[in-house]
Amino acid sequence: MIITLIDIALLTFMGATAIAILRLRSLFAVVMLSGIYSLLAASMFVVLDAVDVAFTEAAVGAGISTVLMIAVLALTGERERTPSHTPLLPMVVVVLTGAALIYATFDMPAFGDANAPVNLHVAPRYLNESFAEVGLPNVVTSVLASYRGYDTLGEVTVIFTAAVAVMLLIGGRKGDDAGIKKEPADDTEPDDDGGTA
Amino acid sequence: MRHHRVLRIISKLLIPFIMLFALYVQFHGDFGPGGGFQAGVIFGSAFILYGLIFGLEYARMVAPPAIVTRLVAAGVLIFAGTGYAGLFAGGNFLDYGVLKSDPVAGQHLGILLVEFGVGTTVAASMITIFFLFAGRDR
Repeated sequence: MIITLIDIALLTFMGATAIAILRLRSLFAVVMLSGIYSLLAASMFVVLDAVDVAFTEAAVGAGISTVLMIAVLALTGERERTPSHTPLLPMVVVVLTGAALIYATFDMPAFGDANAPVNLHVAPRYLNESFAEVGLPNVVTSVLASYRGYDTLGEVTVIFTAAVAVMLLIGGRKGDDAGIKKEPADDTEPDDDGGTA
Repeated sequence: MRHHRVLRIISKLLIPFIMLFALYVQFHGDFGPGGGFQAGVIFGSAFILYGLIFGLEYARMVAPPAIVTRLVAAGVLIFAGTGYAGLFAGGNFLDYGVLKSDPVAGQHLGILLVEFGVGTTVAASMITIFFLFAGRDR
């Protein structure tokens, strides 16, 4: 009962935040509201008992993205222009897509259903045997780092690629004040133990 | 922001604890919520806070971009290297059980190294991206 009330309150706040983001033209306020939206999403993940996901959402969504967006605002300006076209066509597309997605959820098993396919495949084995095989109390870490280590390697490569892409796109020019190349060329091998960062 | 005395002093007080909390999240991720991704973001945010309050030039002195960009790649290499270590020790790629004579101890070692690689790449990427965006003039 309490959980249901918390769910309703969080969803109401999220809906209100989303509508405010749509209607506001001040981009600074939009960035702040996006941070609040991420924090609400993190609270929702806590209610769903997904604390690891909530942690990531709070740190990345509410923390770093907000700072990065503010850094971008300093470059672009703070007001969004009023669009010249009518929002009718995008509205129809969004409503149709949303309706299709909601229609698809009718086929999904109920949340937390013990007989849902996802809870019958590998999940029981992870939950029953990961402590004997890996020996960690936090099964999420066992799955992420050990059972699904290959996927996590891919995720780290994605972050690496993102950083490289940003460097190439906006940091690549020689003599650019912002660029990495501003540093005097120093070919001595840096200390690669990683602990000094 | 350099003239806001309250912000400067409070952030000076906070930054060591932010870093300590990041290390806790990094190395306690085996037992509670957390892990390399979250720890890396928190560790990076300590440097970003420093850069916001004290200015980008000082932040670049604390975390020289030449080293930080290399750390972005070093984390991936630590992760993949742990995988190859398992391969050369006679197991499969990313099979940590063979890293030590006891499979569970090997798993612990492997997960520790892998999470450290994740944290290094994530923290260094966040700092790099912040430096590039914040250092660009209009």
